[in-house]
Amino acid sequence: MSTLILSTATRYLMPLLLLLSVHLLLRGHNEPGGGFVGGLVASAAFALYTIAHGVDQAKRMLRVDSKTLIGMGLFLALASGTFSLFAGDPFMTGLWMKEKLPTIGKVGTPVLFDAGVYCVVVGVTLTILFALAED
Amino acid sequence: MASLPALLTLYFAQYVPRTAAGECFIFKTPWASAAEVSLSFSLDGLSVLFALLISGIGTLVCIYSGDYLKDHPQRGRFFCTLFLFMGSMLGVVLADHGIVLFVFWELTSISSYLLIGFDHRREAARSAALQALLVTGAGGLALLAGLILLGQAGGSMELSTLVHRGEAVRSHPLHLAIFLLILVGAFTKSAQFPFHFWLPNAMEAPTPVSTYLHSATMVKAGIYLLARLAPIWEGASIWSQVLIPVGGLTLLTGAALALVQTDLKRLLAYTTVSALGIMTLLLGIGSVSALQAATAFLLAHALYKGALFLVVGILDHEAGTREVTELGGLGGAMPVTALAAALAALSSAGFPPFLGFLAKEGMYSATLQAPGAWLPTGMVLLASVSFVAAAGLVGFKPFLGPKITASRTPHEASFSLWIGPLTAGILGLLLGLMPGAASEYLIGPALSAIHPGTVSSTLALWHGFDIKLLLSGTVFLLGTAVYFHWPRVCRGLNFLNASGGFAPSRWYAFGLEALLRVSRFQTRILQSGHLHLYLLIVILTTIGLVGASLLDHDVHVGLGRWKDIRPHEAILVAVILAATVMVVRSPSRLTAVVALGVVGYGVAMIFLLFSAPDLAMTQLSIETLSVILLVLVIFRLPRYSSYSNKLERMRDAGVALTAGALMTALILAATALQREARLVDFFAKNTLELAQGRNVVNVILVDFRGVDTLGEITVLSVAAIGVYALLKLKDIRTNDTTPRND
Repeated sequence: MSTLILSTATRYLMPLLLLLSVHLLLRGHNEPGGGFVGGLVASAAFALYTIAHGVDQAKRMLRVDSKTLIGMGLFLALASGTFSLFAGDPFMTGLWMKEKLPTIGKVGTPVLFDAGVYCVVVGVTLTILFALAED
Repeated sequence: MASLPALLTLYFAQYVPRTAAGECFIFKTPWASAAEVSLSFSLDGLSVLFALLISGIGTLVCIYSGDYLKDHPQRGRFFCTLFLFMGSMLGVVLADHGIVLFVFWELTSISSYLLIGFDHRREAARSAALQALLVTGAGGLALLAGLILLGQAGGSMELSTLVHRGEAVRSHPLHLAIFLLILVGAFTKSAQFPFHFWLPNAMEAPTPVSTYLHSATMVKAGIYLLARLAPIWEGASIWSQVLIPVGGLTLLTGAALALVQTDLKRLLAYTTVSALGIMTLLLGIGSVSALQAATAFLLAHALYKGALFLVVGILDHEAGTREVTELGGLGGAMPVTALAAALAALSSAGFPPFLGFLAKEGMYSATLQAPGAWLPTGMVLLASVSFVAAAGLVGFKPFLGPKITASRTPHEASFSLWIGPLTAGILGLLLGLMPGAASEYLIGPALSAIHPGTVSSTLALWHGFDIKLLLSGTVFLLGTAVYFHWPRVCRGLNFLNASGGFAPSRWYAFGLEALLRVSRFQTRILQSGHLHLYLLIVILTTIGLVGASLLDHDVHVGLGRWKDIRPHEAILVAVILAATVMVVRSPSRLTAVVALGVVGYGVAMIFLLFSAPDLAMTQLSIETLSVILLVLVIFRLPRYSSYSNKLERMRDAGVALTAGALMTALILAATALQREARLVDFFAKNTLELAQGRNVVNVILVDFRGVDTLGEITVLSVAAIGVYALLKLKDIRTNDTTPRND
């Protein structure tokens, strides 16, 4: 079902959508956005790519197995919560860096947690999508 | 491997002089402070005796198992579970808090389950493991209920406090329930009649496990609990009214059934049942001399029964059989094992000067002083006769007499195999020769924990020519006679095997079958395999539960703000409603999916209008992805056709409308409540301050309620794995043509 218009449009839309998803993830703490919606936008980008170029191409584009992404995301979210244990605070107490980093902004364990959520959402959606779209 | 339990033994041994001086050590760390549960442990004379048994016999068993399972591919798993058990069992005897005790109690049941079923490829091992778990686990639940009630009645969950509040507990209205629930816990664990049947079946476990769990330590947990809580019911008539008959029945059942076994392990298991019955009986009598006899017997029994089990393991290992009729004349080939067996068997038979003799003398003097002396004395005598015969069958018959040719030529076991039984056997002799030291350091301190106020115990080898010595002699002669005429006795008692003795295990089988039948029945009803029925059940349950609590709370639902609705909002709602009708009425799946997407986008617009950009954004992405996924699903489905008749559709419409009405009511109720809630103020004030973010929604998700989110993404991941498995499993199965050989 590939058409020239769709595949050309996808080529330009894909990076934009992925950039937007990362932007949503990073600004989520202060403006509307966050890991969940960022992950959904990224999944939508890959869904678009799947429709335009097929599952195999989309999988190659993603580079990692979508199921690995789920595990990585869960690990990231869990790990972000354990930092505070070393500081003597209860599990999942948010820790923040004092200074802002260029472009990324203020970094703290909740941002890491949100990145974990982002990965899980992308992994879950794409696992289901690829499984359905195959054969 | 054995160095850990050996170090533990030394660690506990250093406390012996101080507990002997009457000291009690309490360690306490807060744990679940909201539920007022703290990890508190106490170490007094009784705990130290048990802790020494657990770590000491644990050391011997570890040395032994290293060789016994030398070539077993899963030796690592074995030791792992064995140490799990050791830790749990130490927890049971050291715990001072009721809940902590319960947790460790159940852990011993679980590790026992894993160890009985160690050889999990055999059906018999699996079902014996399950039986032990179900019986002791059910007892554990009764114990939990009993301990909680006990804590409420006594005003504390600390056992060290509770034992001083016997008055309060005994006058509590639920006193009888507390008493019986705790007894069920103790009786199931310690294999008292009618729960005794799991113990002989547990002999499916590897022999080191039978030695350690099912003779020396775990089965004594119930006895420990009774001893620990005995001060609460000190002098209460109900205590002896229940414990004496149960103990008596258990000891008779065990003693009689032991004599009809030809498998040495089962034979020993039934004598263990009988020994546990004696301990319960003695605790039930409750006099100082009875408690002293119980403690001395507990120590003697752990040593000699452990040794005998290990000897049976060696015989099994070397001669390849455990059948008593197929063993004989091995003494020449295995002199050290024979010596160890003889030492343990003599202690078991109550021969002077072994510790077993001291314990038996103590028993007779206790039962003779008890009210209705002849009945308990008679029962204990019968059990002792059986013990003498059993000791002969296990400790002497395999080594004496003409050699019975077995399939392989047996030779002496290695050092690590015989050192365990030999050490335990020698200890039984040494402690018997030094009754003063045994009573001062081990038995006396334990006794003063069971019976506060008792300072010293008086064990002695020689009491002069009295009735106890006469009884000991008679028992010994009778037991020897039974030993020599054992085949005839065995045939005479064989009717027990076929009838009454096994009745409780038949109840168990019946109960298990009934349980399975009920679960099959309700699975058939609730999980029919039809998706629409599942949905119907889930939705109806939700309507029932949520609706009931809504009605119950009497929330005021306000509908008085009609005038605030603006025209474009009304149009949006009209579009959503129209799309909904289209979803329901459309004959094409694709149209229905697209219409469903319209409904979702409409809802997203509403979010946007009411200034919830986060929700709107999420809703839009979700709807987009849902439509894509649903289209992919539709692609795989067969042509659309309607299977349900009109009546079913009416029913479904009714359920759907009710569910919708319920959700509407719920949202209205939630908004009505929100005006009074302080949450909004809290988040508005603290989001930036505490969590350094201005987006309240996101801060709630990743910080304030972060653990919830962690749970949600975990559920999401599990769901994805489930979907993947459902879609892919079929492919894997059809592709996998090679037969599996596991």
